[in-house]
Amino acid sequence: MIAVVDYHKGNLMSVERGIEAAGGVAVITDKADDIARADGIVLPGVGAFADASATMCALGQLEVVRERIAAGVPFLGICLGMHLLFEEGVEGAPDEDDEASTHNARGLAVLPGVVVRMPKVAADGTAFKVPHVGWNTVAPPAESAGAAGADTPVLKQSWARTDRPLDDPARAELRAGAPAPADSELNAASSGASMNALEKKRFDCPLFEGIPVGEYFYFTHSYIAPTGPFVVGETAHSVAFPSAVQYGEACFGVQFHPEKSSDAGAAVLRNFVKIVKG
Amino acid sequence: MLAKRVIPCMDVKDGRVVKGVNFVNLRDAGDPIELAQRYDAERADEVIFLDITATSDDRATTVELASHASEQLHLPYCVGGGFRSVADIRRMIAAGADKVSVNSAAVANPQLISDAAYAFGTQAILCAIDAKQVAGNPNKWEVYVHGGRKATGIDAVEWARGAARRGAGEILLTSMDRDGSREGFDCALTRAVARAVDIPVIASGGVGKLEHFAQGILEGEADAVLAASVFHFGEFTIRQVKEHMASCGIHVRL
Repeated sequence: MIAVVDYHKGNLMSVERGIEAAGGVAVITDKADDIARADGIVLPGVGAFADASATMCALGQLEVVRERIAAGVPFLGICLGMHLLFEEGVEGAPDEDDEASTHNARGLAVLPGVVVRMPKVAADGTAFKVPHVGWNTVAPPAESAGAAGADTPVLKQSWARTDRPLDDPARAELRAGAPAPADSELNAASSGASMNALEKKRFDCPLFEGIPVGEYFYFTHSYIAPTGPFVVGETAHSVAFPSAVQYGEACFGVQFHPEKSSDAGAAVLRNFVKIVKG
Repeated sequence: MLAKRVIPCMDVKDGRVVKGVNFVNLRDAGDPIELAQRYDAERADEVIFLDITATSDDRATTVELASHASEQLHLPYCVGGGFRSVADIRRMIAAGADKVSVNSAAVANPQLISDAAYAFGTQAILCAIDAKQVAGNPNKWEVYVHGGRKATGIDAVEWARGAARRGAGEILLTSMDRDGSREGFDCALTRAVARAVDIPVIASGGVGKLEHFAQGILEGEADAVLAASVFHFGEFTIRQVKEHMASCGIHVRL
């Protein structure tokens, strides 16, 4: 049984149907017990980070989801569900626009870093529309991080990160080693110039098995995850941002909505169901 | 790179598609879900259901439609028409709509956009604008409400800017002058709005030829193009439209 975690922010029918169409048995639930028993967990993407995190915390979901991920139970976070894999999010925080805010909401802290607003202006000054809404391509990260998530730090550490001040060197360390986003390379690739080189690349992630590099998925979001060695898929808008992440063997996050991504999304959900079924 | 979108729009009354649907091979030509599934198979990027039901009582049917759509469609969809309050919008979002579009009610009460964006996120709120060129002034357009029956005196570009500032995630811009004309989008209007806001603009109204779609993007600077009857009557398939757009150098999801 795959638990679709309900944190009371919206309709999860399309996610449930998507999993069932992929051959899985999905149960929409808000109960920590159900989540603890599930063979797989899907954390869907509805609402805002702070709000979702507060509800999940109140319902005891945050704790159990984190425990199950640590235990190796297959997990798929969709959109906000992927954001919640990280330590913190600025979305919906009391002083969201203040960069020095110490009021960011807490995530699952499976992966390191803070989920931030997507910039509206690219490095070269070009203006981009945010929210990033529509169909965009996903490709392996330009700077191949190798076996993704093989040695991702945060989950193994204590969950006391909120007690650590933002400028704590230990926090900086978590983010050190994360390769800088290789915008230029990804942009060049999607412009077609080096498309041939890109086509030879393949996804190094079982969630994307059989899915061609450069496939389109449906996105709708204004916030982006931090980058790091856990990135398995990247997408370009105003910046190159992580569109798929992996922790360990079976914990995944996707920025796009597979349940809304037609055939390509169905293939991702089938792969996830396959992983759940072992 | 983000693909430019092609969006078929269905006018729905009492849970049925109205205004010209002409497919012989559909089991039931008026079923919005079946039509949407057909468009999905043709690689439509999303679909819009526009509820043109007159009374709020009948609107329960549309909530039901949204609920069925969330079970049966695997592409994003927007429902528009008749939302007056956050509670109205909540019902539709709860039924599974990815986005809702607001029009007259937002003009009457712009706060509705802010409240809805706060409750459901900016990406879920489309502001639909029906605009008509001001006589004698080719670079000025006026907002009309109540299905285009009532002039407001409000400048369309200004209103688009205000809607974006309040938290609308997209503008669905219909040229009343071009709607049904088959002369192509009002590219001057579309461009004026697209340049005024930093959110996506969907061009609507006037498609009659394949070239018109590409014009909406290239000349109108729109992020998405919408049409209804040319798709419903099978005049063009979504694929044909996208292939033509691609041949014009537009980035689409083929």
